[in-house]
Amino acid sequence: MDWLQILSNTASSILAPTTMAYALAAIGLSVHFGYAGLLNMGVAGFMAMGAYGYAISILTFGLPWWAGVLIGLGAAAIFALILGIPTLRLRGDYLAIVTIAAAEVARLLFLTTAFDDVTGSADGLNGYHASFRDSNPIPPGTYGFGPWVYNENQWWVRIVGLITIAFAVLLVWRLMSSPWGRVIKGIREDEDAVRSLGKNVFSYKMQALVLGGVIAAAGGIVYALPSAVSPGDYVTSLTFFVWTGLLLGGAATIFGPVLGAVLYWVVFTFLGNLLPALVRADILPFMTAIQAATLRYILVGVALMLLVIFRPQGILGNKKELTFVK
Amino acid sequence: MAHAGAAPARRLRRTLGVALLIGAAAVALFQLSAGAAYADDVDTDTYPYRVSGNVQLDGEPLEGVELNVSGNGIDTDVATDADGKWAVGVPERNADYTVTLNEDTLPEGIAVVEEGNDSPNVKEVTVGPGGRVSTNFFIGEGERNTTSFFDQLVQRLIGGINFGLMLALAAIGLSLVYGTTGISNFAHAEMVTFGPVIALFLGSLGVPLWGALPLAVLAGAAFGLAMDAALWRPLRRRRVGIVQLMIVSIGLSLALRYLFQYFIGGGTLQLPGANAPKLPIFGAVTLSVIDMISMGISIVIIIAFALWLMYSRIGKATRAISDNSPLAAASGIDVDSVVRVVWIVAGGMAALSGILWAYFRPGIKWDMGAQILLLMFAAVTLGGLGTAFGALIGSIIVGVLVEVSSLWIPADLKYVGALVVLIVILLFRPQGILGRRERIG
Repeated sequence: MDWLQILSNTASSILAPTTMAYALAAIGLSVHFGYAGLLNMGVAGFMAMGAYGYAISILTFGLPWWAGVLIGLGAAAIFALILGIPTLRLRGDYLAIVTIAAAEVARLLFLTTAFDDVTGSADGLNGYHASFRDSNPIPPGTYGFGPWVYNENQWWVRIVGLITIAFAVLLVWRLMSSPWGRVIKGIREDEDAVRSLGKNVFSYKMQALVLGGVIAAAGGIVYALPSAVSPGDYVTSLTFFVWTGLLLGGAATIFGPVLGAVLYWVVFTFLGNLLPALVRADILPFMTAIQAATLRYILVGVALMLLVIFRPQGILGNKKELTFVK
Repeated sequence: MAHAGAAPARRLRRTLGVALLIGAAAVALFQLSAGAAYADDVDTDTYPYRVSGNVQLDGEPLEGVELNVSGNGIDTDVATDADGKWAVGVPERNADYTVTLNEDTLPEGIAVVEEGNDSPNVKEVTVGPGGRVSTNFFIGEGERNTTSFFDQLVQRLIGGINFGLMLALAAIGLSLVYGTTGISNFAHAEMVTFGPVIALFLGSLGVPLWGALPLAVLAGAAFGLAMDAALWRPLRRRRVGIVQLMIVSIGLSLALRYLFQYFIGGGTLQLPGANAPKLPIFGAVTLSVIDMISMGISIVIIIAFALWLMYSRIGKATRAISDNSPLAAASGIDVDSVVRVVWIVAGGMAALSGILWAYFRPGIKWDMGAQILLLMFAAVTLGGLGTAFGALIGSIIVGVLVEVSSLWIPADLKYVGALVVLIVILLFRPQGILGRRERIG
């Protein structure tokens, strides 16, 4: 077995755009679920809004990349408004089912051949990189050390991703220590108590849904920045993986989502490299390499169950600030 | 049959049009030529194998002719490009697919013609070991072989009711579990997949079909019992909140789904008898024997279940717990044992539903249950969360809606209608059709 290769692949997943996308989606979800108590099961839909909004505005409307980003984020905000109006007055599990359904509707609309000209249907979208790469200030070449060696375009994606994460963390941290954040957390703990203080609970929840949705859409854009947009990525499983990352780190914490997303991908990449290698080395003779690759998904499901049952506050969370109220 | 009179006319006019038959080698050749780069390919990157063809009239390519390829879990629409070519990616080889040419999209006065064939615009093709097949239609002037709108509607209605009934078998269990325990059980999808997977496993052990299917249903019931005993009852003891329970069920759903993939792989497998012939009912409406048996079983089981829920002691206790669990417990009902029965019933009915769904799709796939999970939730919400009969009504509405709506909207969007209805119903009547106002919280 090539341990060096396995460890190198694992280490490089720390700086992968996918990891950053998960981190951003998890930060958005922490605003929804961790702070406001909203059971958003449509994270994949918000990410798809960001990714498709970005790619379509560049490919179909010929806009520059920053305008594409704004449109992607705006699309997610509108998606949040449409979702919030019918459901935020209802009990939490309705929101869960409606958001998961809305994310599927969005995915099926992106997937259908009816809008093939704009969405690329099953093939997805690609070839929208020119504008973003033109904005790259890094001179051509390869930089970095150890497992983190990338060319100028790969670094530019990673730097933009890191800046976005830093900005999102800062924003959530400041907001949640503000009076606005205290109202939001109050709604999570006891909606009626907050209502009796004269706050408009519906409006606060809507603001939280839009804010978290926009951050998740930023994750979708980072997901799409380096390569392509494929409708097969934005399935409900993506939502559940982001949830696993969030709950791993701690839903109601500032750094929990980032830590959780990084840990999730480090472990996932490690197992993805290790298990097939074990099969090839005849250490796991009872399974094939394909089965070994499937095994890690089973482990994700088991990990999610164990986390929620035994440590619902996550690694960084505080047991007193339980997010699973009611 | 209605089209018998058209045959002589077709014979006369057939000489006007001849289709080009090209072999697999020719297909490969075309793909090398520059023009083929623009061929209308659907899903050819998604799936490894392909069905393709070339639609021409007297050697001239026809552009924009719509075709549909279905079977083995796919239902793909495609249109020809400027060269008259089309290709569709398909998931399985050594398998049969149905190619249908939509005659409405041919030029005026042109049709698919073939001597002695009442429906020449529908072809069965077999993708062999090579993984590729090309098919072509004889196109010329002649009478179109169209199905009247009424016949199509009836066909879809019957299909929709059939689908709705099998959806109901699963949704009733989902709704009962929700009503008695408060769990929005995402792993119900895997209880649906469990049935056909076990039937397949038993079949591979040599158990004949008539034994394997009932045994699979029993195994599903045992699976429901096992999940309650191993997971849900201990969690109830710990007084874990319902939001946590929901996320636990999501984790369980992921773990089970990939466990199925671990054992049966990512492809589509068939139960025996899945390609039963279709029998004509009237006009162009056809129904296979399997469809009839499936509807019969669904109806019998649902009636038996309804009688059980209305008149048996445990059925009454189940409804009492759904209405008010603490009050039921205080009146001496053993909540734990009733919940155990609910899990057994839900598991058995979900497994049965999965087996019927495997024949309806047709095919067994590791994530087949997850494909209809949201439709089940839509049905349950539409009917009223926690009410068994609401789930039945909701399922039939959703089933009919899904099948009939594809008369107007593209087939790959047919689930969207049901999901949009789910969102809209929450705007106007969030408690559902049979639910009560207080449940919406």
